[in-house]
Amino acid sequence: MASKAITAPKNKAHELTFFEKLGNRFSNFRKRFEDGSLGTKLAHFIFGAGNFYHKQYVKGAIFLLLQIAILAVMIFCPSINGTPYGWKALANLPLKNLSEGGGFDPATGHFTSGSDCKLMILFGFVTIALIIIYFMIWNMSIASSYKADMDKKIGKKPTTFKEDMAELLDGKFHVLMLTPTCIAATVFTILPTIFMIALAFTTYNSQDMNDLGTNLFRWNGLQNFAAVFTGEGSLGMEIKNRFLPVLGWTFIWAIFATLSCYFGGIILALLINKKGLNGKKVFRTVFIFTIAVPQFISLLAVRNLLGEYGPFNQFLKDLGWITESIGFLGLKTGDSEKLAKVMVIIVNMWVGIPYTMLMTSGILMNIPADLYEAARVDGASTFKMFFKITLPYVIFITTPYLISSFIGNINSFNTIFLLTGGGPTYTGYQAGGTDLLVTWLYKVTIDQGSYNTGAVIGIFTFIITATITLITYRRSKAYNEEDTFQ
Amino acid sequence: MSLQKKKRVASQSRNRKVSLGVTYAILIVMGIIWLIPLVWILLSAFRCEYQADGTFIGRVTSNFFPKNYGLKNFKDLFTATYYGVPKAFPRWMLNTLLIAIIDCLISTFLVLSVAYCMSKLRFKLRKAFMNITMVIGLFPGFMSMIAIYFLLKSIGLTGNPAHPGYSVIGLILAYSAGAGLGFQIAKGFFDVIPNALVESAKLDGCTNFKIFRQIILPLAKPIIIYQALMSFTGPWMDFIFAKVIIGADNAQYWTVSVGLYSMLFGTHPDTNLFTQFAAGCVIVAIPIVTLFMFLQQYYVEGVTAGAVKG
Repeated sequence: MASKAITAPKNKAHELTFFEKLGNRFSNFRKRFEDGSLGTKLAHFIFGAGNFYHKQYVKGAIFLLLQIAILAVMIFCPSINGTPYGWKALANLPLKNLSEGGGFDPATGHFTSGSDCKLMILFGFVTIALIIIYFMIWNMSIASSYKADMDKKIGKKPTTFKEDMAELLDGKFHVLMLTPTCIAATVFTILPTIFMIALAFTTYNSQDMNDLGTNLFRWNGLQNFAAVFTGEGSLGMEIKNRFLPVLGWTFIWAIFATLSCYFGGIILALLINKKGLNGKKVFRTVFIFTIAVPQFISLLAVRNLLGEYGPFNQFLKDLGWITESIGFLGLKTGDSEKLAKVMVIIVNMWVGIPYTMLMTSGILMNIPADLYEAARVDGASTFKMFFKITLPYVIFITTPYLISSFIGNINSFNTIFLLTGGGPTYTGYQAGGTDLLVTWLYKVTIDQGSYNTGAVIGIFTFIITATITLITYRRSKAYNEEDTFQ
Repeated sequence: MSLQKKKRVASQSRNRKVSLGVTYAILIVMGIIWLIPLVWILLSAFRCEYQADGTFIGRVTSNFFPKNYGLKNFKDLFTATYYGVPKAFPRWMLNTLLIAIIDCLISTFLVLSVAYCMSKLRFKLRKAFMNITMVIGLFPGFMSMIAIYFLLKSIGLTGNPAHPGYSVIGLILAYSAGAGLGFQIAKGFFDVIPNALVESAKLDGCTNFKIFRQIILPLAKPIIIYQALMSFTGPWMDFIFAKVIIGADNAQYWTVSVGLYSMLFGTHPDTNLFTQFAAGCVIVAIPIVTLFMFLQQYYVEGVTAGAVKG
């Protein structure tokens, strides 16, 4: 506590605003250029020049090769499937006056085919990423040369390539360890995400475009977002009429799915861990067994079990409770939407409860026994102890899990897609009664090809999850005081 | 002991017995409910019923217990042609095994290296990296999936008519490339390893690499096994990434989950394939469940760590 009291105000005094940091950066750049050796000055234009100046040939050669490679891409614009990288990709980004055999023809009102706009955007972004990487290498090259200058000044020899490599295993170990993930995540996660966000501001709707025989589309600003209110987008009235119902159901689903599995799991864990109960291991194994079976198997099994011709409907018929099969999961148009919704939540309990049970079991065993002892001495009932000791303790520890499982449920694709396929469906609409935003997003993009509207739905999903996370997660202790755990 | 006290102890023990009895009853009923769908799939896999005219009944039937048992479904499953691919099921199994092994190696390596850096090393941009990871994680996975498809297609790693098999490489990339961003659980595990251990090793002149290899990795066995288990079972369980990236018309290279799903709900669904589907489910579930059961302890550890760290 004492150390915190001392460090807190210090931190505040040193906290720089973004612009101050930027200012420092620039004065640093200037200093390097003015104070640096001839090599460092040259390194501003030819990567690795400083390293050659300091006889660090291998390092210099690597910098130089990288510069040449990136510049070559920028200038010569290699192309894939007829769509170029490099400066031409930047020129293509506005999606106007498309020169390579295509463009919007106002006379016919049609696009002419030839180029592929989605690749133009994708490659444009890759090129922008390349430019950013270029300047990062530029900075590294100068910094490395400047460091050698400084080493020389204090009489040290500039580091050799061998020493640099050794440093990668020690002081710069994080660089070695993080580089693969940074590259892979940039290419396969960050870039694709930005690309899809960009599609929300375009007219990219493959069905219309297929009709016109073209791969071309345009930017159209915020029109797709406006379509949620006006219904004048690529998805027609669906986006306007179905958006709020789907959004509302997504929330209801996430709340019920999270809480039912959470409390169900805690109760199951309490039951299994009850004092004096034999065969704890057997019961645990049964429930772990259901987790171990791949979800698509168990969910499709349930779907068939509850299906029109399945044993469950027959069972109810045998009991004489029903005469006609009930469409529990809304697989056919006209089935009850409410029943399907209730069933999805119930089946999801089947999926989720064992998981929470497993997780809370360990936590339950860690509750200090003297808490219960004291309560028992005071004459507290089992129920009271559950609500006053067990529950608060477990909730306190698992708050981060609760939040992440709520967000997980908002994005819970498998359960809905495999169980109901989003049904019951309504004529004229993609989004059925149990569709969540994510499954709707899937239908709209993969089935319908309305990539722009799909991206809008995705962005709304992001806004919801981000808001919840910002409000709850950033305030939680686990996030703000992560270092105090160690 | 007074009579009154004796009575109270007796009634207490009776109460306990009753509540224990109720607990048993609830647990047994729940256990049965939880096992019903799985038992049903198992029974359906062995179902061997014929109609009066001798045709095999492969569809979902309303009787829970089969009237006849046999291995016909398994035999058919391994020899039949699905979606124009002869002996498709064994092929799908091999595809999935290959993808799972490679994905497991790459993902586990990436997750461990990122988690270690985030937990035990302090460097510029560390917090920024964690924040970016969190923000990216909030977008629905599909958004990037569609773009990954375009990206892979543009470099010929999927939908490549000349080399349809390249889609498998594309799928492996799609599975494992982003794995490093899922470092949170492993980081939580590393956080618990005392920093003093690392610092004293540093005082002894150990490099960070040596500390990682000789001190951290041996201690991290549970989390390595957990991550390996998760990434190995991933391709067997996922079907939507595989479906989109490998493509509907590329049945030869499907993973087993896409194949099984397509038997019942694909472009040429056949309700009469249900018992074969069930047999396929059993074949897929056996290795996965066995793995889980053997590595249960590590799975529980990982899950519990995830609960606290979110």
